[in-house]
Amino acid sequence: MQYEAGKISAKKKHREPLLRIAKRDSMPLLLSWGIRIIAVLLSLVVCAVVIYAITRMNPLKVYGAMFEGAFGSERKIWITIRDTVSLLCIGVALAPAFKMRFWNIGAEGQVLVGGIATAACMIYLGDVLPTPALFLVMIITSCLAGALWGVIPAVFKSRWGTNETLFTLMMNYVAIQITSYCVALWENPPGSNYVGIIHPQTKAGWFPSLFGQQYMLNVILVLALAVGMFIYLRSTKHGYEISVVGQSESTARYAGINVGKVFVRTMLISGAVAGLTGFIAVSGSSHTISVNTAGGRGFTAIIVAWMAKFNTMTMIIISLLLIFLEKGANEIASQFNLNDFASQIITGIILFFIIGSEFFINYQMIWRGKNKEVA
Amino acid sequence: MEQQTAIRMQNITKAFGQVLANHNVSIDIRKGEILSLLGENGSGKTTLMNMLSGIYYPDAGKIFVNGEAASIRSPGDAFAYGIGMIHQHFKLIDVFSAVENVVLGLRGKDANLKLAAKKVCEICETYGFEIDPGQKVYNMSVSQKQTLEIIKVLYRGADILILDEPTAVLTPQETERLFHVIRNMKKAGKAIVIITHKLHEVLSISDRVTILRRGEYVGTIETKDATVQSLTEMMVGKKITLNIERPQVANPQKRIEVKNLTVMRQDGVRLLDNVSFTANSGEILGIAGISGCGQKELLESIAGLQKVSDDASILYCAPQTDASIELVGKNPKAIRDLGITLSFVPEDRLGMGLVGSMGMTDNMMLKNYRRGHTPFMERKEPKELAEKIKEELEVVTPGINIPVRRLSGGNVQKVLVGREIAAAPTVLMTAYAVRGLDIHTSYTIYRLLNEQKRAGVAVIYVGEDLDVLLELCDRILVLCAGHVNGIVDGRATTKEEVGMLMTHLQKEDGRNAV
Amino acid sequence: MLTSILSLIQAAVVFGTVIMLGCIGEILSEKSGSLNLGVPGIMYIGAIAALVGVFFYEGAAENPSPLLCVVIALACGFCASFAAGLLFSFLTITLRANQNVTGLTLTIFGSGIANFFGGSLNKLAGGVGQISVSVTSDAFRTKIPELSDIPVIGPLLFQYGFMVYFAVIAAILLQFFLSKTSTGLNLRAVGENPEAADAAGIHVIRYKYLATCIGAGITGLGGVYYVMDYIKGTWANDGSIEKLGWLAVALVIFTTWKPKNGIWGAYVFGLLYWAYYYIPGLNRSSQEIFKMLPYIVTIIVLVVVSFRNKKENLGPAHLGRSYFREER
Repeated sequence: MQYEAGKISAKKKHREPLLRIAKRDSMPLLLSWGIRIIAVLLSLVVCAVVIYAITRMNPLKVYGAMFEGAFGSERKIWITIRDTVSLLCIGVALAPAFKMRFWNIGAEGQVLVGGIATAACMIYLGDVLPTPALFLVMIITSCLAGALWGVIPAVFKSRWGTNETLFTLMMNYVAIQITSYCVALWENPPGSNYVGIIHPQTKAGWFPSLFGQQYMLNVILVLALAVGMFIYLRSTKHGYEISVVGQSESTARYAGINVGKVFVRTMLISGAVAGLTGFIAVSGSSHTISVNTAGGRGFTAIIVAWMAKFNTMTMIIISLLLIFLEKGANEIASQFNLNDFASQIITGIILFFIIGSEFFINYQMIWRGKNKEVA
Repeated sequence: MEQQTAIRMQNITKAFGQVLANHNVSIDIRKGEILSLLGENGSGKTTLMNMLSGIYYPDAGKIFVNGEAASIRSPGDAFAYGIGMIHQHFKLIDVFSAVENVVLGLRGKDANLKLAAKKVCEICETYGFEIDPGQKVYNMSVSQKQTLEIIKVLYRGADILILDEPTAVLTPQETERLFHVIRNMKKAGKAIVIITHKLHEVLSISDRVTILRRGEYVGTIETKDATVQSLTEMMVGKKITLNIERPQVANPQKRIEVKNLTVMRQDGVRLLDNVSFTANSGEILGIAGISGCGQKELLESIAGLQKVSDDASILYCAPQTDASIELVGKNPKAIRDLGITLSFVPEDRLGMGLVGSMGMTDNMMLKNYRRGHTPFMERKEPKELAEKIKEELEVVTPGINIPVRRLSGGNVQKVLVGREIAAAPTVLMTAYAVRGLDIHTSYTIYRLLNEQKRAGVAVIYVGEDLDVLLELCDRILVLCAGHVNGIVDGRATTKEEVGMLMTHLQKEDGRNAV
Repeated sequence: MLTSILSLIQAAVVFGTVIMLGCIGEILSEKSGSLNLGVPGIMYIGAIAALVGVFFYEGAAENPSPLLCVVIALACGFCASFAAGLLFSFLTITLRANQNVTGLTLTIFGSGIANFFGGSLNKLAGGVGQISVSVTSDAFRTKIPELSDIPVIGPLLFQYGFMVYFAVIAAILLQFFLSKTSTGLNLRAVGENPEAADAAGIHVIRYKYLATCIGAGITGLGGVYYVMDYIKGTWANDGSIEKLGWLAVALVIFTTWKPKNGIWGAYVFGLLYWAYYYIPGLNRSSQEIFKMLPYIVTIIVLVVVSFRNKKENLGPAHLGRSYFREER
């Protein structure tokens, strides 16, 4: 047979691509966690290089100092634990929303309004109500406030399909401005632009110490929420509905699930738990309110929830890792006279590595020349 | 005279994970010739051609274009080699106009919208197309979209055209027009490949036929030497008779009575227009029609998933009690709460009927997870059911908790049909129940449907293959553009009659349906 | 009265320019399907890179040339934020990571980098507010001579630094690029339906990379303008860039992804943001309530757009998702 040169000449040389990407079927759990751990280790090496470049200090010493900063004394350990559970609590709040594929990036705002509600109760009712009633009112109002903040975007999403990512994002800033308003309203002493510690003498509305530990109640509350959410998502009918809606809305409708109702109900829960985080933050740790009450944790928790694949038990480990980094970096910052934003840099680097590592879990690479084995 | 070979594919292999889509396939495509690529759904036709269009890259094997070894790594490479593919799922940008879609990815003068609009009109004239260059794609009909895809490829000066199931969505008239165009292109010396599983089309248009089966090359024959029987044999691998069992209808009773059912799309187009019919127990009611002319909406209306017109009525006549229950205005949950079991096997199995990321067990609960009075799930019964279905229907899966997304198409359908039948329905609706399944699985599905029919279930079977409809169904309702064009006796009617009803809108009551 | 209206408008224009640059950069990125929530981080990175660059140049040079200062500031700002965009692109396009999570991480990382070096720079210069890059800042703030002296029209139109006009021109150019050029058409196709774009022979990955990185570069220039003109070449770790960055994201929605709307939209945001300052009789707490306006307005736009459900206004159809050709 005789071939004729084509009219259209292909300029490219015949060459197989160097690297091709194919989707993996699945990967053993152990291997996938191995990859994640390798990613964290690699990121620590990169951070070490960065630290060395800035401080000229032995990075190992620096990591030692980090450990010191997070777990160096009983007090430091408890601060680390307190902040871990606070981050974890927001992650727990986000879990049902994300499992439903509802991108609630408004936790920051939901926490803040919960905090405002709590602070308002402490300020206005602290001297009026007996302690149990005060706590009940604080819990209810903070949940309601958070739930309200969460449910508004959900209602619009379920009714008109309004983009929830951007809506919840904007709600954060509305909440921040409301907080600024309240701070200006309640500032103490006047003109300071700070609310200051509420009821420093009577401690009305403060979490009581349990087993001699100031933050024990925080831990117990949040762990209970985490376990509760784990069970809610895994074993209840509501949890099942959330999974179905998250996977495919038309399957959900086919199964007779009212998708809009599930959106609204789940965001009520998600917002309420976030509002409860605000309650814990104000009543259980800071005893004041400011625009930094959520402190960006509402955003960090998104990363926690996503990395944990919405499993609230895994979130415990990831929250601890992130808070450890934050505390550790603060420690090096003060020890080596850096400013404490170094922690954000280190956190960022480590997160980038973990985010990137997911690729190697979900895809495999086929290098040139390897394909003969496949056939 | 020996025809020149445009493309030679040699020993091509392509795997997706564990699934071998093509294994050691070799074919030749010649200039000035129409080649049919024949095979059942899932036999790897589209995958093979996607390696020519640059969507996939082969794991092994070689491709020669005009005698030279070629490496097609992207659709851009494919265009450079003069290869253009018209995909079954159109690759068009909805918010763009026709001409904007045509110039997409081109450079320089080719990308000038005004010049392109002119040239598009020229192409239309040459081949007899009709299209408005300024029309937005989201306002186009399916056939217009396909025309646009062909123009897009011709505009790029492709010499080798690959059409993937081009007639699946067309009316016979549109099909004839398309074939006319294809013959014109052949005369112009272009090499044309048509991917199809419809035998009569193969026989009427192609010069040669290449047959694939389960990803493997079976053979190539001249069309003039081929018959329906010989092609079928090559396609399915063994001599088979297309005999589907059809038991006599015993004691039919009215089960579903649909009256004046109209469904409107958001923009006011009538997807279903004043549809009325009854479905009886113990019979299989077939629904025929060109795809997308209301079948989906009809089934979804009965299942409680569609918003229907105010004057519509869908009555459910309960067995024994003879009570009539109005289903309009009730959602699937409300219907189930009345104790009515309507089973529904939808067209989109993983997107609607099942949850792809869940295992068999969790999928078994999809419709009755509310059972029990606690807020917690009861997983014991569904697990037993999953085991039972896996065994009885021979579902191939590594385990009942493996996400069903990872199963093959046939096994996915077995899981879905198995669950719907296990619910002990009084009405069973299926949409394209055998699409993409191999012959063996298809016959399993027919057997299951017949079992249900014998058990006194009212079965509604939406199908695309007329031969199957004619052999399986007791009555056939023919839809045409959302309109009931006739209900015929499955035993007495002919393919021609149904074909006519599918395509020629009957006028009634002096009202012009559109 | 007239002076206060004029100064409100001036404040709005200057404020609007920061978020306009951030917004059109993000529009370019989103048109390719990349929802980059790292805008605040990128603006931070652009700002600090420019500041560090000119800080050392002005410190080293005997007689710093204003022109060179401007070039160094813009080049440093653009390149650094381009690099940030590259990082985002690598993670989301090549490694197909979740865009929301990656963007938020980039915001954490960028604000960390900027505030860390900004703080160090403050320390180096001898305390907060002591950084002096006066030559650069003056160059950025040079008004148009003569024209700016015309009464009313002068202050209204001509009393701004060159970046104000640059931003408007950039928005017009981007609008032209997106709606009139074939490359712009291809880019929009990538954001709408990458599969179709790929089948049409468009190099999807290259388009996404370039749009996301150049978009990040433009966004970063917003940070440069902020630090050089808006706060006159100083640095404060007060989180205001982050706020502005999120407003830029909000503005993208407000404009329904059309750069031409970004021009007036940015100024409207500026007016809304500064309105509290000019409304008499507000105390400090009610001023905070007024500062909500831009966000509330954005929410309203978001809701109205979803009511009308017009395909052209909903943003790129494939926004926020990654593309893999062999997906099946």
